Amino acid sequence: MATATKQIVPDPTFHLVEGDDHEHETGGGTVLGFWIYLMSDALLFASIFATFGVLGTAYAGGPTPREIFELPLVALNTAILLVSSITFGFAMLAMEPGKVRQTQFWLGVTALLGASFVAVELYEFAALIHEGATPQRSGFLSAFFTLVGTHGLHVTVGIVWILVMLVQLGQRGLHVENKRRLLCLGMFWHFLDVIWIGVFTFVYLLGMLR
Amino acid sequence: MSSSELDPELHAHGDTHGHGTYRSYFVGFALSVLLTAIPFWLVMANPIANPGVTAAIVIAFAVVQILVHTVCFLHVNTQAQGGWTLIAYVFTAVIVLITIAGSLWIMYHLNSNMMPGMMSAEASSSL
Repeated sequence: MATATKQIVPDPTFHLVEGDDHEHETGGGTVLGFWIYLMSDALLFASIFATFGVLGTAYAGGPTPREIFELPLVALNTAILLVSSITFGFAMLAMEPGKVRQTQFWLGVTALLGASFVAVELYEFAALIHEGATPQRSGFLSAFFTLVGTHGLHVTVGIVWILVMLVQLGQRGLHVENKRRLLCLGMFWHFLDVIWIGVFTFVYLLGMLR
Repeated sequence: MSSSELDPELHAHGDTHGHGTYRSYFVGFALSVLLTAIPFWLVMANPIANPGVTAAIVIAFAVVQILVHTVCFLHVNTQAQGGWTLIAYVFTAVIVLITIAGSLWIMYHLNSNMMPGMMSAEASSSL
C-alpha cells in the first residue's frame, strides 16, 4: 500500500507551475535576474545603513543631526519621490495597452520629479558643506554623505535610464524588448523609493530624535 | 481584480505579470502618504514627550510602508515569477536584518566594553 502511493507521487517542483503558457523564457528570466540584482543592491545598502548605524553618533565634537538637518526639505524630497513612484506606475499602466505617447509623457514626468529630487538633495549637501559640515568633519557626517549620496547616485542613474528609454521608445515604440526594459526600470525606480523610506526614517527622523 | 488578467491578448507577447493596476497604485500611494505624513508629524510637532516611544512608532511606520511599497508598487506576491521573487525578497530581508541588527549589536557591546573607566586602575595596570 505504502509503495503504491509512493509511485504515484509526481516529481517535486520547486516553484508554482503557472497555468497560462505565455513566453516566460526571455522576459521572465531577465526580470527575475534583475530582481536578484536589486536584492544584491539591497545588501549593499544594508552594509551602508549598518555603517551609519554604528557611526551615527560619532560626532567628534562636530555638528549633530538636530543642528544641521532641515526636516521640511526632507519632507519635500520624500513627497517628490513618492509622487514619482505613482507617475511611473501610470507609465507602466499606459505601456500595457501599448500607448506610446502616454508612456513617454509619464516617463518624462517621472524623470523631471527625479531630477528635482536630486536637485534638492544637492542643494542640501551644498548648504551642509557651506556650514562646514563636510564628510571629513566626523564619522557621522562621513556615513551620512555615503548613505544619502549612494541613494542619490542611484536616482541619478535611474534618470539617465529613463532618458535612454524615452529615446528608445521614440525610435522603436513599445516592442517586447522595450516593455521588458521598462519593467526592469520600474522595479529599479520603486526599489529606490523603498530605500528612501529607510533613509528618511533612520537618518533624518531618528536623527532628530537623538 | 485586474483587467489585464482577464484579457489573454495582453499577455500573449512575452511580457510578464506585475504591471499592477490603477487600483493597486492608488491604494499604495494613499497608504504611503499616510504612513509618511504621520511619522514626519510625530517628529516635527513632537506630540509624544518620550523620544523612545516616538522612535519605536516611527520605525513601525517605516516597516509597514516598506511592506506596502513591496506589495503595491513592486508587486511581490506568491504568483510572480513562480514565487521566486518572494523567496529572494524574504531571503534578502533576513540578511539585511542580520547585517544591520548584528552590526549595531556587536558595535554597541564593543563600545560599552571599551569605555574609559570600565576597567579598574589595578586591572588595567596589571595588563
